[in-house]
Amino acid sequence: MEREVFGKGILVVGGGISGLTTALEVAETGYRVILVEKEAFLGGRVARLNKYYTKLCPPSCGLEINFKRIKRNPNIQYFTLAEVESVSGEEGNYDVAIRVQPRYVNDNCTACGECEKVCVTEIENDFNLGMDKTKAAYLPYHMAFPMKYVLAPEIIGTDEAKRCLEACKYNAIDLEMQPETINVKVGSIVVTTGWKPYDAAKIDNLGFGKYENVITNVMMERLAAPNGPTNGKILRPSDGKEVKNVIFAQCAGSRDENHLPYCSAVCCLASLKQATYVREQDRESKVTIFYIDVRAIGRYEDFYTKVQSDENVSFIKGKVAKVEEDPATKDPIVEVEDTLSGEKIRAKADLVVLATGIVPNMSENKIPLNITCDEFGFAVSDPSKTGIYAAGCARRPVGVAGAVQDATGAALKSIQSTLRR
Amino acid sequence: MDKKIGVYICSGCEIGESLDIEALAGLASSKYKVPVCKNHPMLCGEEGSSLIRSDIEKEGVNTVVIAACSPREKTNVFSYDPTAISMERINLREHVAWCHTPNDEDTQMLAEDYMRMGIAKAQKMATLEPFSEEINKTILVVGGGITGITSALEAAKAGKDVVLVEKGPELGGWMAKIWKQYPKTPPYLELQETGIDSKIREVKSNTKIRIYTGAKIEKTEGAPGLFDVTISQNGKSETIRVGSIVEATGWQPYDANKLGHLGFGKSPNVVTNIMIEEMASKGKFARPSDGKEAKSVAFIQCAGSRDSNHLPYCSSYCCLTSLKQAAYIREQDSDTKVYILYKDIRTPAQYELFYKKVQEDAGVFLTKGEVVGVSEDSDKNLIIDVDNTLLGDRIQIKADMVVLATGMVPSAGIQVKDLALEEPEGTSDEKKKEEEVPKDFIIPSDILNLSYRQGPELPSLKYGFPDSHYICFPYETRRTGIYAAGCVRQPLDSADCVDDAAGAALKAIQCVELTAQGKAVHPRAGDMSYPELYMSRCTQCKRCTEECPFGMYNEDEKGNPLPNPTRCRRCGICMGSCPERIISFKDYSVDIIGSMVKAIDVPEEDEEKPRVVAFLCENDAYPSMDIVGRKRLSYNPYMRVIPLRCLGNVNIVWIADALSKGIDGVLLIGCKYGDDYQCHYIKGSELASYRMEKIKETLDRLRLESDRIRILELSIDEYDKLPGIFDDFMETIERVGPNPYKGF
Repeated sequence: MEREVFGKGILVVGGGISGLTTALEVAETGYRVILVEKEAFLGGRVARLNKYYTKLCPPSCGLEINFKRIKRNPNIQYFTLAEVESVSGEEGNYDVAIRVQPRYVNDNCTACGECEKVCVTEIENDFNLGMDKTKAAYLPYHMAFPMKYVLAPEIIGTDEAKRCLEACKYNAIDLEMQPETINVKVGSIVVTTGWKPYDAAKIDNLGFGKYENVITNVMMERLAAPNGPTNGKILRPSDGKEVKNVIFAQCAGSRDENHLPYCSAVCCLASLKQATYVREQDRESKVTIFYIDVRAIGRYEDFYTKVQSDENVSFIKGKVAKVEEDPATKDPIVEVEDTLSGEKIRAKADLVVLATGIVPNMSENKIPLNITCDEFGFAVSDPSKTGIYAAGCARRPVGVAGAVQDATGAALKSIQSTLRR
Repeated sequence: MDKKIGVYICSGCEIGESLDIEALAGLASSKYKVPVCKNHPMLCGEEGSSLIRSDIEKEGVNTVVIAACSPREKTNVFSYDPTAISMERINLREHVAWCHTPNDEDTQMLAEDYMRMGIAKAQKMATLEPFSEEINKTILVVGGGITGITSALEAAKAGKDVVLVEKGPELGGWMAKIWKQYPKTPPYLELQETGIDSKIREVKSNTKIRIYTGAKIEKTEGAPGLFDVTISQNGKSETIRVGSIVEATGWQPYDANKLGHLGFGKSPNVVTNIMIEEMASKGKFARPSDGKEAKSVAFIQCAGSRDSNHLPYCSSYCCLTSLKQAAYIREQDSDTKVYILYKDIRTPAQYELFYKKVQEDAGVFLTKGEVVGVSEDSDKNLIIDVDNTLLGDRIQIKADMVVLATGMVPSAGIQVKDLALEEPEGTSDEKKKEEEVPKDFIIPSDILNLSYRQGPELPSLKYGFPDSHYICFPYETRRTGIYAAGCVRQPLDSADCVDDAAGAALKAIQCVELTAQGKAVHPRAGDMSYPELYMSRCTQCKRCTEECPFGMYNEDEKGNPLPNPTRCRRCGICMGSCPERIISFKDYSVDIIGSMVKAIDVPEEDEEKPRVVAFLCENDAYPSMDIVGRKRLSYNPYMRVIPLRCLGNVNIVWIADALSKGIDGVLLIGCKYGDDYQCHYIKGSELASYRMEKIKETLDRLRLESDRIRILELSIDEYDKLPGIFDDFMETIERVGPNPYKGF
């Protein structure tokens, strides 16, 4: 279906922090932007973080400002539950087909929550990485933007869906909604498709998937977040007890020929940050970080210095070789060599957090675009190929500040392409 | 044009079920005599919004009051041109219907007060007239290294005229002094050419870029779009007009003379990473003592970095540089041994692959360790004692030459004597807080020489870097229209500098584009209001000129504030600072908010219904309160919330207005301040706190309990604490008793 979308501008593929930034920076400079996001809300991975390092500030603060900027700017048009289906053309003149999946909820939605009240079916809560459940008529999370409900496709055609329809007073539910294709013309494209966590189950020696109390860093963020599955209490999966002794295993599946050969740049600082979560929850708690190199680069070093000064946090240089479990208590046990003392350690903890790395989404979901990538799936800047750019973790593993810097630069490049016809 | 107000009340989303809508409408029509007052069960739908549009088009309504959901919702539906229509939104949903007892007297009184307050504001709001003046869109780039050159090229490619000023005789900066760079493109294994020569050629041949070398900036006057910059070159001065500025003046190496403990200055064969680059371009790694080629070279990482006695921070480029230099040495002579002694090797992302390659070279030996001593033997060879190594015990390494991997000091921080011990003023010292207004820390560094009342350069964040303190907004600047980029902003490697340059160029361009339309930049991007001063009542107290976080006001010799509207971020902190209340925006003023406070209906003391005004910052606190409503959490119905652009807007007169009306307490909730400040306007909430401390003394003198005023910091994710905060404050109010001024 052809839908009238305003004239030539810039397409941004992916609505996480990088995509949001590129879109906003382009729009505020006076150019039109179309932002395409696969999930039902904008914010991507950062919306699922508890806090940012090293200020320990909540992501929703910056996101609120960004959403406010979107609300104020008629230059931005965004599509959620949408993906790019095809791209043709050249710099200055691309024809793009955007495929939008049905939300089954239209713009009348006031997010009053009546449909959720009558819905009984539960689905995995994707926002909480499957760690809990949500109703099939749901708001992705409490500050979701757009503030609109979603009906899960599972219930369409069932009585459940009809009940939701009847509960809605504002004609916001449309069970007949179909996937649609929207064709747009743009002058340049910025790919900000971000990342997914490396699958920890592939790292056999580290016990993820085998032992309940071995989790990943992204799961830890959800546990610590007030809007997470445990309302912000870091509880161990096996018995729900508050953790008192946590081990962080750095470079889990990273800097490793058998997994990800590159370094994911953020995991050291993420673990330092998460160590502070544990310490804040319980003053008596203890944290041990097994590392190869602590990469707290630039002024972030101050944060490392601060965490090091906490007596209850120990740092041992040694890569965790193996994780096992005490079957009686379900306490995970870590085997590692302290490379400075030469001593072999077997350390028990309440919880082990694997600091897993970043895998670019483009390495697995190819976008129909002529974009050069390196062997890991990260986009490579090619100054001879103008018109299509990438920013954020689609280019290399990077933290939020770096991604925003990058995305701002990509905004400029995308504007240059529209001027260069 | 005469104001014609239309009040529109929505009864959807449980508002109609909780409140007596007729009574609310009656209040608007009879008490406030609004000419148009309507209600609708779904104001945000097609029918409801058309109703409003039709009244605007046909009935001449030019001020719209919408009593419905939060002003943060349905913004695309309720959106009007602020130069033609004024709009005020009253939150009857998240702040009333969703969190208070339905069909209850107190809930109804709350809604009625919000109606009164909203209409009182609407009565006084005026439509906006954007500040217009001929705006220049030329971008000035200060600094001709890789960052400056890249910024200039990127801005020119986006169609802008650029002026590039470089202090030295040549362009190229540090990149022109290095031999090769570490790999930045796949497969990330081979050293690469710097490419700086072709970049220099490109910038010189670009007709949109005017270059001044051997030049410096004598003076920068004016404001975004209207900067008058005086450049001196070869004894001559020229003043040009530019629109915005990118400061890309780079860095200097940390002074190795301070590293005597590592042998520099004591032994001739202890050199720095900078000196090794010079040797590399000559193709010979010769010992300074005798000119012989070094057959063993030891790199000491973090030399004077990550060290509280020198530079506490990490300079981010030194690990990669030493690995690169190890590769130079090994390529030049495969018999030469290289040792690298480090604290951590920091090669993030794909740079890891280069690290791995160097590690695999059998002639390179790397170990973590603490260098405890560097001494010389009779042949001027070096002996390095290293403790806590990966080999277990203390080891001793003998080398022909030692390279100290020194860090970087930003050009903006050069003047600071003791960089390691420097801390920004006004943040950590408790005593200072009581006496002085929170001030910026500005280091005179002869870069921009701004003719700004508050100081001649960009304020320093930490360690001399004029950086943003926001993770989400790295280009956020304290001097509107001036953006720091590259190593002057934070320690970066050259690939990051190139990215950073493009980002800063974008912000510089965005600034002139928005300014040309009379609009503000981030965070109130698009705002066309700006402060107007009623100078005849000015007492030259200088609070506005001192407290503006962005240095918007200059000052004349008598102390009169001289506003520069294009520097303004529309935060309104100046409005809060003025004791004479002479500063106002067309849609937001001391009188407007004061009228809202005075519109509150205060019951008599015997009715035992306390009243509290809560000033909430719209950035974090107000959204938090919306979430409280969304989660249907409840709290006492006696709070009347007034959102502000920043808590720094709070003018003392509002507190006086509230208390003299018999309102029992005033609660102020804003964003965090201090070392890790969150306040979006740098020090707004800190100033509010400072002002409240002053007012407490006055209250005590008037025999009004200072407990009646409470100021708090709240983070946007702390919404679950709000009901407790509100109820706790109410308990305090109940304890101190009703305001004795009630009924006066």
